Formats: sequence, C-alpha cells, structure tokens
Amino acid sequence: MDFTPTDDRRMIADSLRRFLADTYPAEHRNTIAYEGDFHDPKGWAGLAELGIMGALVSEDDGGFGGAGFDITTVFEEIGRALCPEPLLGNLMALRLYASHGKAERIEAIVAGTEKAAFAFDESDSFGDLGEIAARAENGKLTGRKTVVYGGHVADRILVAAKSAAGRIGLYEIKAADAEILSYAMIDGGGAAEIVLDNTPADCLAEDALDTIEAALDAGRLALCAEAVGAMDVIKEMTRDYLMQRQQFGRPIALFQALQHRLVDFSIEIEQARSIVIHAAGMFETDGHALAVAKAKNLIGRAGKLVAEEAVQMHGGIGMTWEYAGSHYAKRLIMIDHQLGDTEDQLRKVMALTDMAAAA
Amino acid sequence: MDLNFTPEEEAFRQEVRDFLKDNLSEELATKVRNGRELAKADMEAWHATLQSRGWLATTWPKEHGGPGWNAVQRHIFEEECAFANAPRTVPFGLNMLGPVLIKFGTDAQKKTILPRILSGEDWWCQGYSEPGAGSDLASLKTRAVRDGEDYIINGQKTWTTLGQFANKIFCLVRTSTEGKPQQGISFILVDLNTPGIEMRPIKLIEGGYEVNEVFFTDVRVPAANLVGEENQGWTIAKYLLGHERTNIAGVGASTEALNQLKALARKVKRGGRPLARDPLFAARVAEVEIDLEAMRMTNLRMLSGNADAQGSVSSMLKIKGTVIRQAINDLSRRALGPAAAPFPSEEVIGNYGIAPPEAASNAASYFNNRKLSIFGGSNEIQRNIIAKETFGA
Repeated sequence: MDFTPTDDRRMIADSLRRFLADTYPAEHRNTIAYEGDFHDPKGWAGLAELGIMGALVSEDDGGFGGAGFDITTVFEEIGRALCPEPLLGNLMALRLYASHGKAERIEAIVAGTEKAAFAFDESDSFGDLGEIAARAENGKLTGRKTVVYGGHVADRILVAAKSAAGRIGLYEIKAADAEILSYAMIDGGGAAEIVLDNTPADCLAEDALDTIEAALDAGRLALCAEAVGAMDVIKEMTRDYLMQRQQFGRPIALFQALQHRLVDFSIEIEQARSIVIHAAGMFETDGHALAVAKAKNLIGRAGKLVAEEAVQMHGGIGMTWEYAGSHYAKRLIMIDHQLGDTEDQLRKVMALTDMAAAA
Repeated sequence: MDLNFTPEEEAFRQEVRDFLKDNLSEELATKVRNGRELAKADMEAWHATLQSRGWLATTWPKEHGGPGWNAVQRHIFEEECAFANAPRTVPFGLNMLGPVLIKFGTDAQKKTILPRILSGEDWWCQGYSEPGAGSDLASLKTRAVRDGEDYIINGQKTWTTLGQFANKIFCLVRTSTEGKPQQGISFILVDLNTPGIEMRPIKLIEGGYEVNEVFFTDVRVPAANLVGEENQGWTIAKYLLGHERTNIAGVGASTEALNQLKALARKVKRGGRPLARDPLFAARVAEVEIDLEAMRMTNLRMLSGNADAQGSVSSMLKIKGTVIRQAINDLSRRALGPAAAPFPSEEVIGNYGIAPPEAASNAASYFNNRKLSIFGGSNEIQRNIIAKETFGA
C-alpha cells in the first residue's frame, strides 16, 4: 500500500491551487458565482492552459489522466477554492465523448475552446434514468431537462432521452438550437433548464445506459472530492475563528463543548477523505459503482454535519453573505442534491450489497 | 497511490490463515463467535499455540522473542485472527508491560520477566485506575514509601481486568507529592502473592466478571521491582498508551461482527420475511458498513505512515472504532427482538433455542461493549487530546 500521490498529481494540485487562489479570490468568486454568466471566460481559459480538462480523460482518449485519482486531485482543489466554473458538466461530457469515440469534441473541451454539459434529470425522474420522458424521434428531441449544471454556458449539450426502441439513448444538441433558461444556484455557479421541442440532435448511441451510469459515477466521485476540499477549508476557518473570537474574556476555543464539536466533525472529515481515497482507488475496478455510492452517502452525511456545525460555531458571522465560510457551508449542503443524495446512495449500496442474498 | 497489499503481504495473510485453520479448534472458535465467556485455560492454551509458532508477542522485536513484524503485518494478523474468531490475546503482559520493559527495563528485568510472559508462567494485570483517579489518572493516590531495600505500598486500584487469573500486577504508584502530580508517579511490579493484597471481583452490567478491585495494605515490594527511575512513571505510562496503536480501531473485529450481524439478519424473520429484507433495517446496516469501510481506509493510511494521518489520528480511530463497534452491537441486539432479552444462561442458550446460539449473548455483548468508549482513555479524553493538537493549547 502506498498513499502518497504521484509527483504528477501533486504538481497539478499545487499549480491548480495557486491558480485558483489568484484567479478566484473570495470577492471576485462571489461576483462570478452569482452574477452575469456565472462563469469567467478568462478563468476557464486559464484552467485549459493548466491542462485541467485534459487531466479528466485518459491518454488514449485525448487527455493525460482520467483515472479516479486524477478526478479527485482536480476536484479537491475546485472545492478548496469554491470555484464556480462548470467543470462538473464538462467532466461528464468528456467521459461520455470518450466512451462514444468523439475525439474532436474532447480536443475542443481540453483546449478550452468549447464547453459541454450533460442533461439527464427531469422534474419527474430525479435519479431514475428509466423514467425519462424526453424522447428522440427522427433525429429530433422533445422534452424538458432540468437543473443542467453548466447548461447555461455550454456550446453543446449531451442529452439522455428515450430512443424509438424505448431505451435510454445519448444524443447531442447544439445549445443554440434549444431554449435555454439560465439561472444562478443558491451555492453559486449556474445551471439551466433545457427545453427541447423537435430540436435537431445527433445520436451517439441508441442504448447508452452503461456509459451514462459510468459518467454519472465520475461526476459523483468528483463531487465527493470537491466536498473534501471544501470541508478542509471550512474546518480551518472554524478553528481559526474559535481561537480568535473572544467571549467571557477568553477565546471560545477554550470551551470544551466547542472543542469536542470541532473534533467530532474533524473525525467525519477524515472518514470522508478515506472513503474518497477508497472510491478513487476502486474506480478502475468492477467494484466502482458500490465504492462511489458508499463515498457519496458518507460525504452527504459528513457534509451536512460539517456545514451545520461550522455555521453554528461561527455564530452570527456564519450567517452573513460577506463571510466566505457561509458559501462553503452552502456548497457542502447542496453537493448532496447533485447526482443522487444520501438516501439515493444508500438505496444503491443496499441493492448492490444485498444483505438478504446468501454471503 | 496504491491501495493493494503487496504480494508478500498477501502471502503472509495466507500463511496466517493456514495457521489458524490448522491450529484454532472449532470448539474454541465457536465459543468466541458465540460471545461466551472464555475460561482461563482457553486463553492460556491459545497463547501457547501462538507461542509455538513465535506469533504471541506480536509487538516485540525478534531479539526478545517476538516475530519482528511491522505495523502492516500486525494489522493483517489481527484481521485474520478476528475473521477466524480466534480469542484476543491478553494484552497486559504482551502489549503493555513487554514493550515497557524492552524500552525502560534493566537487563535483569528483561531477562527474567519477558520469557515468563511468553511461556505463560506469569499472567500480568494492570493497576492504573483508582476510585478517585480515572480520566484524571495523574491524581492517583496509592502510595509507595521507600523503606530500606523495599517499597511499602498502601492504597487501592480498580478496573483491573482479568486480575482474577493473574499472579503479577504492574502499578502506577505515588512516590512523591512534590511538584506537579505527574512528576511524583512511579511504575512498579508487584507479585500478587505478596501479603497484604486483596483482590475483589466487580460484577459488570451484563452479569459477567472480568474486572476487579485490588487493595494494598502495607505491601512490601523489593525496590528492584521499580521500572525506570523513581518518579519516571508518568513518562512510562504515556509511552505505554502510545505504543500499541495498530489495532486501536478494531477494524477486523468490527468487520467480523458486521458479517455475523448480516448472517443473523438473513436467519431471523420479521413481518413474515427475513429481517435482511426489511429496508429500514438494511439501511441501518448499510450505513454502518459504509462508516466501517471509511475507517478501514483511515486505519490503513495510518499504518502505511501516510503523513497527514499521524498524530491525533489514533485518537480519532479510537473514537470512531468504538462508536462503530457499538453501533453493530446495537443492531445485533435489536435484530433479535424479544429473543434478545432472556439472560444467556447455559440452559437458555443450550436447551431452549430461543435465539440462534451464536446470537443468544448479543444483548450481553451490547451491554459489555459499552465499556469500549469508556476504557483506554474515554472518548471524551480522546477528544481532549485531538483538541489540544488542533488548537495547540
């Protein structure tokens, strides 16, 4: 066993951390996260220049990474910086393009010249691909996709829709051909409703359930790592605040009730870090779906604990928009709403482990 | 990053597995699996079996008769022992006094005492806690007063585990009341056959006997039994606490307990179907399983010397490990419904068949294992240790 990151990954983490700290200082981050296009084209170009999108796909598919640990390395830094850019949607799109041999699309995303998003959820079918209502007919898509992360600035959108044969197919549309209703997210960054009405589409596969699940799992792993990065930062902020804040004539860090609460959430952060390492390590094996579901379940529980406790221990200041910690807390809570929440993951773990089946 | 064990480590695991298969009797394993109280002879026999292979004192270096294993090997060994339902070795001589003597003992002490631990001639127990000194151990009051070539000890120790089987006890005693309380403590070895010692059993919450009170009245002990210098006892005690952390999380034992819980849930029925089919119960089990998976990884990170997993991580593992184990005990008890309630007498277990025999003691185990978050530095003390490191104060 060896838990040391490779030199390459350490270099990516270091340079990405420096770049994000320079490019998205708290105030500028909040401007980008909640105003305009919820996206900074210069920042995006910088990410491409650093090779961040390339790190998310394998060498064979036109990148130079693509392993579980590459994804977690990148997204842990995204979480630390609370970077609002639509990297998640592009990660899933990259994985899908790779699965379906679309080298030229990958090249454009890696170069930063194009952005993509992946539209799968619908209002009546959260987390349940089988219930998708959007349908493909004669090369055209009709339906409505909801809360499509990155859909607000994507050039192309990959869409999960029912094929004529009733399977879950994968289609690509040009964003310009659909009605895109953009909005900010409560924790920063943007998403969109994608309204499809006989929208021209290219079919990547009539039956893409497996590749879609794999891409969603890559997204889940990324979200888990993002949460670990955010948790590390909010823990440091809370620790510093407890040491600096004086009440009753002394730093409140001296109160055992608060000490123990910080310790309890620190333990959960270590648990979170460990389960993400486990999921990343299992990502290229047959056990990846179970490992990712376990990770995202624990991340959901730990993220809620850390977010709520951090706000509570900060007192009033933790309730303010101005304080950076509040935005970290929001992100940690909302990560659980993306790509299947704590209960969804638990149901999956139960299904995959099936306690009732003989051991 | 590489989460796999090396081929050498896998081969070692197989070696341990083969040894356990050949040398652990089904009768003893069943007793352990069923949560039955082990007799003194059971534990002595198992120690002798391990010693015959040189695997008894897992933390000792080779020159003193240990196997010279590293942390990963010890982890693998402990995991396999747990999976095989081998008895846990009695830690007081092997994992506590042994390493202390190797570090602080005189040559004479090492030469005479260590071999007797390995051979089973001596059974050591621990005299640390006192009625007035639990978490605040440094406030201990049992006095040792120098009298010529001897010390004379007066006072009381408590929570002495398996003292009823022991012939020796190592104690923390007060040899000075000057300066900070920690500075006046010494570490001394006492033969339990010395006049003036009385051992009284304490009946525990579930009805079992595993701990004792020990009373010392004018007990005369040779000064040569002091380990280290006079008033160096606190340093030794801290070394002892910090020494054996490989198994603090009890990952192997919890994994085995979880597997037994799942087997039980398949066996018992609730609402006309196996309990394992009940989604609410299955969800609770799955949640514990996820927590255990994460802790297993934290434990491995610590064992492999992953830099950011050192220091207070052993305290984290103690807290999380005990909480997880207790959660499994809790579910294992509840899985039985009313069948968990009968006192697990031989008759109830053997003849009445109310609960499956391997689960009949589940409520007793649940109650007994409430101790896990209290002993070895309560979980609150562990939180203090972590907080001290976190806040540097």
